[in-house]
Amino acid sequence: MAQPLILEPEIKLNTSASSRRQTQPVAWAYLREDFPILDQKVHGQPLLYLDNAATSQKPRAVIDALSRYYERDNANVHRGIHELSNRATAAFEAARVRAAKFLNARSADEIIFTRGTTEGINLVAAAWGAKFIKRGDKILLTEMEHHSNIVPWQLLAERTGAQLVFLPINGDRGLLDPGQLDEFLTSDVKLLAMTHISNSLGTINPVAEYCERARQRGIVTLIDAAQSAGHRPLDVQQIGCDFLALSAHKMCGPTGIGVLYGRGERLEETPPYQGGGEMILSVDFHRSTWKQAPHKFEAGTPDISGAIALHAAMDYLDGIGRDRIAQHDLELGAYAFEKLAALKGIRLFGPPIGRAGLVSFLLDGVHAHDVVTVADQRGVALRGGHHCNQPLMKKLGVESTARASFYFYNTTEEIDRFVEVVREIKKFFGT
Amino acid sequence: MFDDLTDLYQQLILDHSKGPRNFRVLPDANRTAQGTNPICGDNYTLYAKVDGDMVKEISFQGSGCAISKASASLLTESLKGRTIAEAKNLFNKVHDLVTTGNLDGDVGKLAALAGVHKFPARVKCAILPWHALMAAVEGKGETVSTETEKELS
Ligand SMILES: Cc1ncc(COP(=O)(O)O)c(C=O)c1O
Repeated sequence: MAQPLILEPEIKLNTSASSRRQTQPVAWAYLREDFPILDQKVHGQPLLYLDNAATSQKPRAVIDALSRYYERDNANVHRGIHELSNRATAAFEAARVRAAKFLNARSADEIIFTRGTTEGINLVAAAWGAKFIKRGDKILLTEMEHHSNIVPWQLLAERTGAQLVFLPINGDRGLLDPGQLDEFLTSDVKLLAMTHISNSLGTINPVAEYCERARQRGIVTLIDAAQSAGHRPLDVQQIGCDFLALSAHKMCGPTGIGVLYGRGERLEETPPYQGGGEMILSVDFHRSTWKQAPHKFEAGTPDISGAIALHAAMDYLDGIGRDRIAQHDLELGAYAFEKLAALKGIRLFGPPIGRAGLVSFLLDGVHAHDVVTVADQRGVALRGGHHCNQPLMKKLGVESTARASFYFYNTTEEIDRFVEVVREIKKFFGT
Repeated sequence: MFDDLTDLYQQLILDHSKGPRNFRVLPDANRTAQGTNPICGDNYTLYAKVDGDMVKEISFQGSGCAISKASASLLTESLKGRTIAEAKNLFNKVHDLVTTGNLDGDVGKLAALAGVHKFPARVKCAILPWHALMAAVEGKGETVSTETEKELS
């Protein structure tokens, strides 16, 4: 069979900045060369992109994978018998194998391509949930969930008469209390769905421990890995979850594609999500039969170029080393938290140490939107708002926060510049 | 280099956001409306006492960014003692001002909102209290939201 010509990530990586320092300490600032977008001025100032929790920037290797696919191999998958279709199919399925390896899944059949984290969770809620969640059952979430890990369960609860229960956090520090978990794991809980890393608080949850304790009671588990997938090694067997959802665009990949991992036996018992082409074995006017997982969950023409570019993104991240990225992430998070904590009239959210590389804060007397507007004029891209965490904001008693979120191409020098801008903002608003 | 910023946050705006005028509940209000921006959590209630077609008293309460708060404060200052027709007219002028920067006639202190038009993401903040005002004087007494901006603008 024809080899997919588009996939030479190892070879490509050797030409990029990342792989030149496999064994040496990573010169993080040097990696910026791989990201064309970072080299620009905004409002006359060098761009300082600190909105990585919303979406990361893309390295040249990923951008090239996209254009190479469209320039050389584009065809629909699983349908044609011609050369281009063979290539596209092989590359698409190679991306599935790569994703399985990236997550240490037992098999590529446990990898479903979705539009992103949101669709992954909705798939589980709509397909698995509709079959297995009944009136009176409880779905256990945490108070720090993103709307995409709340609303699908609310819709399911409305349809089935199930009830949502939330594991509490301990105020601004944003930590769950593992000591409380047992009292919440009652016999009517059927599912525990929780985030690995909070996009507002930077909390890193001990998901392996939570999954193990849930599993001992026969509770199915889902992990929202949107914020962790590109920032640290992920091993679904070590975490022990039944489902795990991620978005490519937060981990150097393109928008419009993500992965839902599902434990083999869970996927087998789960009915299809959407109906259409690609997912069927045979269709009669009144009845159809469908393929095995993962194909029964992938109706219609998939995001082929997205999967291929995600493949390149995973290669890029592993070229640097996700353990190193995680270490750098911790350092940036701790550094920024410490520097900001030294300012007067600032409220910081999330744990001071052991936090992910993002910091949410509020300045006394200055609204988050005003912080973001002034920072933007200084070339610093921040986020201000509720970060799709409205229930969490209510719990914290705030309407919004300002957030700086880092990625491996950020440096402590950049954080110094960011903190300097925060100082100026305080001065500007006279606080 | 920061001309745009000082255009947006003119001294008058900063002053009104820190010390908003008519910032209270109006106990004998016969018109109220709420304005919210669900994206950033801005949330204001406007209170008006309307007698015939005259806005006798007007006040507001709530929280939000410097731009929305200053805009609400300036609104209450400029509308007291005006007719509903004048209020609608002023709404249109302010709408033009914050979306295009064009000033059509004299709007007094409200001219301080002109800098907003260079910040597309902040237009909603400036105009939110005005939408709430229109809902209030038209007696709709409902919540207006920036996220139905199509209807609103
Ligand atoms: C924790 C968390 N979960 C879920 C999502 C949703 O991801 P997406 O919008 O890519 O589906 C996000 C992204 O904003 C997130 O931060």
